Amino acid sequence: MKFVNELSKSQKKRLYRITIAAVLEIALAFIPLGNQPVLRFVLYLIPYLIAGYDILIEAFEGIRNHQVFDECFLMAVATLGAMALGDYAEAVAVMVFYQIGELFQDVAVGKSRRSISELMDIRPDYANLEQDGDVTRVDPDEVEVGSVIVVRPGEKVPIDGLIVEGTSSVNTSALTGESLPRDVKEGDELLSGTVNMSGVLRVQTTKEFEESTASKILDLVESASDHKARSEQFITKFARVYTPAVCYSALALAILGPAISILAGVADPSMETVSQWVYRALTFLVISCPCAIVVSIPLSFFGGLGAASRQGVLIKGSNFMETLADVKVVVLDKTGTITKGNFEVTDVHENQRPKEELLELAALAEGHSTHPIALSIRRAWQKSVSGAAADAAAPAPDLQRVTRVEEISGKGVVARIDDKEDVALGNLRLMEHLGIDCKPCESIGTIIYIAVDGHYEGHFVIADEIKPEAKEAVEDLKKVGVKKTVMLTGDVQSVADAVAEEVGVTEVCAGLLPADKVTKVEELLKTDGSEAGGHSSLAFVGDGINDAPVLTRADLGIAMGALGSDAAIEAADVVLMDDDPRSIAKAIRIARKCIRIVYENIIFAIGVKFLCLILGAVGIANMWLAIFADVGVMVICVLNAVRMLK
Amino acid sequence: MSSGKDDEMKKTYKIDVDCANCANKMELAAQKTDGVKSVVVNFMTLKMKVEFEEGADPAAVMAEVLRNCKKVESDCEIFI
Repeated sequence: MKFVNELSKSQKKRLYRITIAAVLEIALAFIPLGNQPVLRFVLYLIPYLIAGYDILIEAFEGIRNHQVFDECFLMAVATLGAMALGDYAEAVAVMVFYQIGELFQDVAVGKSRRSISELMDIRPDYANLEQDGDVTRVDPDEVEVGSVIVVRPGEKVPIDGLIVEGTSSVNTSALTGESLPRDVKEGDELLSGTVNMSGVLRVQTTKEFEESTASKILDLVESASDHKARSEQFITKFARVYTPAVCYSALALAILGPAISILAGVADPSMETVSQWVYRALTFLVISCPCAIVVSIPLSFFGGLGAASRQGVLIKGSNFMETLADVKVVVLDKTGTITKGNFEVTDVHENQRPKEELLELAALAEGHSTHPIALSIRRAWQKSVSGAAADAAAPAPDLQRVTRVEEISGKGVVARIDDKEDVALGNLRLMEHLGIDCKPCESIGTIIYIAVDGHYEGHFVIADEIKPEAKEAVEDLKKVGVKKTVMLTGDVQSVADAVAEEVGVTEVCAGLLPADKVTKVEELLKTDGSEAGGHSSLAFVGDGINDAPVLTRADLGIAMGALGSDAAIEAADVVLMDDDPRSIAKAIRIARKCIRIVYENIIFAIGVKFLCLILGAVGIANMWLAIFADVGVMVICVLNAVRMLK
Repeated sequence: MSSGKDDEMKKTYKIDVDCANCANKMELAAQKTDGVKSVVVNFMTLKMKVEFEEGADPAAVMAEVLRNCKKVESDCEIFI
């Protein structure tokens, strides 16, 4: 009896009541009581009260609070009415099945709540705070920024920080779904929610607990279902109208039914006619409860959001689930989504000055920048001086030598170095902007030109690696029904075309300034996105660096590999925790399945209920069918909804 | 959680309620309470997020919200 042991106390009590009442009901069906009406009534009253006493009490409370459309009140009226008509077995059955439905719903909802909280089991319970040489276990909330905490093997990292001592491998699967452990050492950033696997780590915290990755993700997942979807709002409104409408119809059926049929002469003016119509009205009351539909919708979304987060896809609201399911156009920012964003200087074409000097000047000019291109130039310079791969010990450019830096958005930088030379570093547009004569390079890659005091001195060829999964990711998108994949980039056309051909996107827009990306997305929104009408939406996928405005402008903003970047998590509607572009199609697939289940449930539940109402009104459906329309439909809808968690 | 002032006017409460429709009824009842600017009741997470009108006293408003919710669903609970 594993099933029974998992139940809570109140659920067990309900189960026992259901069992006893059901056994009595079945036993009574075999006892011939036809000629003893009083005994029959008394005997049926026992299982009726066992199964439904709490409903009768609540119904009474409902009357006191003037809540006539309370479902307990409706059940009470329906069953008491059936008792009055002498349909004792039906009355007991309605109560028993109603309770079965309640129990089933309670267990299913409880199970999905538990499975989601297990899924997101990244909440750290404590932190080992180091103070004056002592280590004490404290509430992570109390740890101040800059404190040193100790993370032992097997423990969850409670707060984001930098490793000050120790090496280990950490398991990031709770955050990224990536099962391969990652090696970390002194100086590395450590995100909360990861699990330390081998060595003891001393970590200096860089954030408060509330602001740390684990807390943020939990908050995001937990509040996602607060943002209700359109279909959910529709059902809430529907339920508000449905119950009163069915109840008034029941009343009309009970009064007008016999009146009209007697006046029209189709029925005799007898008690039998009246009770026949009252019985039909009572079946209406049994069907009037909207709970089946109402519970299955949030349950489906909850399951969908949970299934997505298990795959490393954080969807920030049930409403975005709908948008995601409608995605027909995916706009991808090249760098960081299709390519790794690991730029490397592959070639230096010099004019008169030696390569080393050009690299040094470039490294100085870009010294303040954190742009991936700037980083690649600095790495190349480090390599040229130290002759080895860049690491923490490599020299940094002496930024004292840089006296003035001017950044020209989308073009490059102009910096004054050693107070004598003006170094201009950037793309072809920068050279044109400054009126510097240079010959465009034909190599495939990002070309960064360098000019000193207005004279062209050479250029760097910088290449980015295409992610190995990118091609499959674009194919997957086509498979899930995305009609158009558009790649946006600030790069030159030749590089963009080469990348586009390799991964197979349908459209390319090259040479875009950051602001152009917003304009381009706005254009696409009008032709293919939500503004074009119909059920189609446009998703923009970026790495969250510098593309917050585009993420916000698109129908759906997807930030990729955005862990640790607060701005991206803030601006996006969907956050992909790993940087695998195949997750985009995965997310769409999950959303489609979730929305399909939601619509199946809405159509099935409303359909069966209306069918039973019609059949009940003309006298074909009896109380038993009404019970199916209520409890049976709910059980089927809930079972359909929990498919999402599988 | 952008600023302290924001936090004062938005609060999350744990609730207990049996059915999804009852949760929706609670939301409607809470929404109609004076001093409540907006409210979301989440049946799956059993939480009620309330945004209060400016100058409202959350404690007093919540007592009234609980009273109103009890009227529509007698066996509901809000852990204030």
